[in-house]
Amino acid sequence: MNGAQDLGGQMGFGPIAPEKDEPLFHADWEKRALGLTIAAGAMGHWNIDESRHTRESLHPADYYSSTYYEIWIKGLEALLQRHGFISAQELNEGHALDKGVKPKRVLKAENVAGALAKGGPCDRPVGAKPRFKAGDRVKTRNFNPQTHTRLPRYARGKTGRIEAVRDGFVFPDTNAHGKGENPQYVYTVVFTGPEIWGDEADATLTVSIDAWESYLEPA
Amino acid sequence: MAARVRALETILTQKGLIDPLAIDAIVETYETKVGPRNGASVVAKAWVDSEYADWLKRDATAAIAYLSYTGRQGEHMQAVFNTPDTHNLVVCTLCSCYPWSVLGLPPVWYKSPPYRSRAVIDPRGVLAEFGLTLPATTNIRVWDSTAELRYLVVPLRPAGTEGFTEDQLAALVTRDSMIGTGLPLATEAV
Repeated sequence: MNGAQDLGGQMGFGPIAPEKDEPLFHADWEKRALGLTIAAGAMGHWNIDESRHTRESLHPADYYSSTYYEIWIKGLEALLQRHGFISAQELNEGHALDKGVKPKRVLKAENVAGALAKGGPCDRPVGAKPRFKAGDRVKTRNFNPQTHTRLPRYARGKTGRIEAVRDGFVFPDTNAHGKGENPQYVYTVVFTGPEIWGDEADATLTVSIDAWESYLEPA
Repeated sequence: MAARVRALETILTQKGLIDPLAIDAIVETYETKVGPRNGASVVAKAWVDSEYADWLKRDATAAIAYLSYTGRQGEHMQAVFNTPDTHNLVVCTLCSCYPWSVLGLPPVWYKSPPYRSRAVIDPRGVLAEFGLTLPATTNIRVWDSTAELRYLVVPLRPAGTEGFTEDQLAALVTRDSMIGTGLPLATEAV
């Protein structure tokens, strides 16, 4: 979706202002926000693509005025409600009112180290051979789905070169919406600065994205 | 927000959906075990061991796992090597994708709109804000982490470090130099 999250090339956000000796967390609630997001995700009722889509579905004014952990918490509240674990009334009152859905599993403290060290690989075998090979010229599709996609707007309808053929990966555009993993090959596609930003662009710049096969057509 | 998060944790705990001690364990992992020193040791090893550097280029996930750095947001790693001609810069314009297993949790600026919007269109302006001005002839390659590959920049080994041990070299490797918004420390800084 063309949401607030799709930031590449937007202007007006001001300086980056890196913080000197930045602490890992800026408040104790941020620690809990991190842990709650990971622990609730470990119940196994949604995937990372649905999580991302939930966050990018925040109203743009809300997205841009929230810190990243605030975005996580707002997204987590939405996911927990959508999947029947909690209600808006419970969030208002700050305590549990009824049982809600039973989770597939609960992450226990003793299993945290193992779960984090294992992660959640999302490479998958793909039956067919890759359609493209390194060196091929490709054009990205121009589409504007209202649903989740990982093809940023700035890289749509652009011509680039396949630099690397990666593994097959879960396709986020369907996986985010409960429509299956439908793995596809992923390619690293390189564009020149002028191809993306026009003739005035820095000629020393190249930008790459990692694109699923169906984002691409031969050029 | 503190009250809102506390309320959410209370509800989830009352319903048995989360174990609060698991939250503590997750936080402790990223406070004490998983951070940019992991990545620094990968870079230092690549600087002293050309076979390791080749492996890291070919199969970064395996080469990094060899040093016991694995897991969440590091499942599919790529190492990108700076050269005298080309400087690499990593961003996630669409969210906050970052190689947690080697760099830990991302800093606020990495997740925020100014960096995410400008890194792909004005990387030299971005680098200048970090105090890094590259020669006008240096190629800049920006890697937008739009899929599940996570990128670790391997900066150039600083001059004057012949004979340094891996530990001494790792001390020169800053977090920002592994994102591409900085360079390793000069040897006189240590």
